[in-house]
Amino acid sequence: MNIRAVAALLAASVVLPVGSTQATDLEVTHWWTSGGEAAAVAELAKAFDATGNHWVDGAIAGSGGTARPIMISRITGGDPMGATQFNHGRQAEELVNEGLMRDFTELAAKEKWAEKIRPASLLKSCTFEGKIYCVPLNIHSWQWLWLSNDAYKKAGVPVPKNWDEYVAAAPALEKVGILPMAMGGQPWQANNAFSVLVITVGGKDIYQKVYGDKDEKAAAGPEMAKVFKAADDARRMSKGTNVQDWNQATNLVITGKAGGQIMGDWAQGEFQLAGKKAGVDYTCLPGLGVTDVLTTGGDAIYFPVLKDKEKSKAQEALASTLLDPKTQVAFNLKKGSLPVRGDVDLQAANDCMRKGLDILAKGNVMTSTDQLISQDTQKQMEDLMSQFFASSSMTVETAQKRFAGIIASAD
Amino acid sequence: MTVFSTKPPGTSPSAVTSSTARPKTRARRPNRLFRNLSAKIASIPMVLTAVVIFLGGTVWTVVYSFTNSKLLPRLTFVGFDQYERLWATPRWLVSIQNLATYGILSLIFSLVIGFLLAALMDQKIRFEDTFRTIFLYPFALSFIVTGLVWQWILNPEFGVQSVVRSLGWTSFTFDPLYNEDIVIYGILIAALWQGTGLVMCLMLAGLRGIDEDIWKAARVDGIPMWRTYLFIIIPMMRPVFVTTLVIIASGIVRIYDLVVAQTSGGPGIASDVPAKYVYDYMFFAQNLGQGFAASTMMLLAVAIVIVPWAYLEFGGRKRG
Repeated sequence: MNIRAVAALLAASVVLPVGSTQATDLEVTHWWTSGGEAAAVAELAKAFDATGNHWVDGAIAGSGGTARPIMISRITGGDPMGATQFNHGRQAEELVNEGLMRDFTELAAKEKWAEKIRPASLLKSCTFEGKIYCVPLNIHSWQWLWLSNDAYKKAGVPVPKNWDEYVAAAPALEKVGILPMAMGGQPWQANNAFSVLVITVGGKDIYQKVYGDKDEKAAAGPEMAKVFKAADDARRMSKGTNVQDWNQATNLVITGKAGGQIMGDWAQGEFQLAGKKAGVDYTCLPGLGVTDVLTTGGDAIYFPVLKDKEKSKAQEALASTLLDPKTQVAFNLKKGSLPVRGDVDLQAANDCMRKGLDILAKGNVMTSTDQLISQDTQKQMEDLMSQFFASSSMTVETAQKRFAGIIASAD
Repeated sequence: MTVFSTKPPGTSPSAVTSSTARPKTRARRPNRLFRNLSAKIASIPMVLTAVVIFLGGTVWTVVYSFTNSKLLPRLTFVGFDQYERLWATPRWLVSIQNLATYGILSLIFSLVIGFLLAALMDQKIRFEDTFRTIFLYPFALSFIVTGLVWQWILNPEFGVQSVVRSLGWTSFTFDPLYNEDIVIYGILIAALWQGTGLVMCLMLAGLRGIDEDIWKAARVDGIPMWRTYLFIIIPMMRPVFVTTLVIIASGIVRIYDLVVAQTSGGPGIASDVPAKYVYDYMFFAQNLGQGFAASTMMLLAVAIVIVPWAYLEFGGRKRG
């Protein structure tokens, strides 16, 4: 058979699409699929197309848990995309380690990323052995308590201003048949709500000791016992939520069927979509009204190493586009997250976003658990916390003992 | 003994005549390897698949379960560390317990219900085809669809509980999927609904294979019907039962999608199963070593069940 002809044809079929279009196609994979998220991605695509390249959207439905294994197997399997989303932190650590991700140190130095990006920890979590491997895109924080003003009006008690008042007001809500706290059944929700309690009720020091230094003694100590007591309250208050997804739980708060929910700032998008107004229909308490602190998680874009020169060039164009002040504003307003640059102006930000920006400006930030602990440890904690929150028989002491055990073997 | 000819049979008339001339045992030897040569050639791809992919993959998994591989497989051996961690993990123990409960109950119930249905169908009833279709229909649905349907039926907000409550029993509570103590039974109900139809059909085929004369003879002897079933028909249906058992058992060990669709392992980890643990630790936790260790344990569990059975089934036949 004429193998050469076939090979030539095959090669041509690969080369032709690139040759026929002037713009370079760059596939970007991500898991931004909800309404607000899709609108935000459209802003990125628009900005990237304006540089003379072409954004090929590779959205993967089903949240990060579903998307990440697909992305990772594509990269490790030798079919890398042009660029891909990961959360800030250690999710792509091993891929970088294996040399599968592109080093952007030169571009970063040229465009002075280190001066512009704040907080500095974001760029630090992109850095591996002194080299920069990703572009931080936005900041999401977990430490928010969302409250339904309607629910408290119905119960005849004032809207709580902090965690203790919230716990104290729970019986009044229960009396009128309102669920005090909404908590979806997915494991990550229970686990992250717990980490929020650690940093707020426990305080910044204990958070750093437990998650940052993996201090087993601190995890088993009396300060953490206080946190577990708060978690026990949360467990009691959230009994009978009977929904799985976080947005279904948020919806209980929006409709006044539940008093409140501990959830990240992306919950705000749901309130906005439902036409609710901050301060009037709902109240947000950053740091649960106890400790003025936010963790800086969020999304970053990673670029796998590509052989194609044109595409590699397009990767650079995308990297600078992502950090462009205009793109940052357009994207983050639609996404409901905070920009990674301090020098951009967010006129359209609402009350809750401003509270968040304030805390950010004051520098009351900590690194998120995603950046501090590995996915493996994270999963073990999720297993423990989801079991704790679902169980009626598991004691606080048992939970703390097992938590300390996980911290002892954490990496 | 020497092998004379490597020619395939039937290639030339002389081969046939020469083989008939020799004593039978000697003549057959060279032929055995080449009998049905084309069929053997055709099965080479499948044999390769079995050896390379199934066997090779299994060995690879077992070897890597002794390493500390995280996101990517690495050959850094750590001995039995992964197994020690596995058996100290509460979630794994819960999932094993669930599998045992689910497995034993689903085996008993699907065999009993399936056989009862088949026996009832065998009474020469009217509209048998219609009933058979109705009972077998759930089997046409995937586990994912089954799981979703039963998730809705068992949901206290708009499922059975709310229907009964709206009829007047306001204190009626039925929410197996949200009660960690009984959630596995909620999954069992869905699995039985989906699977018993197939068991019924297999049993029915077995019943139809029983000679009519046996029934007549039993009737002449005045043996009651239930005794005929229990002591004559069921022992005669042994091969059908063995086939059914293998089908049900393989379904039990790999149970995964039903749990994911119905509860995603919740509430908490109360309805977790080994296959879900394996998947979660391999892909979400990015800890391949741990996932491999868990899947090796699953393989071991299957082997413990299969090996004695295979020994009895096939070893016995050789002797007899």
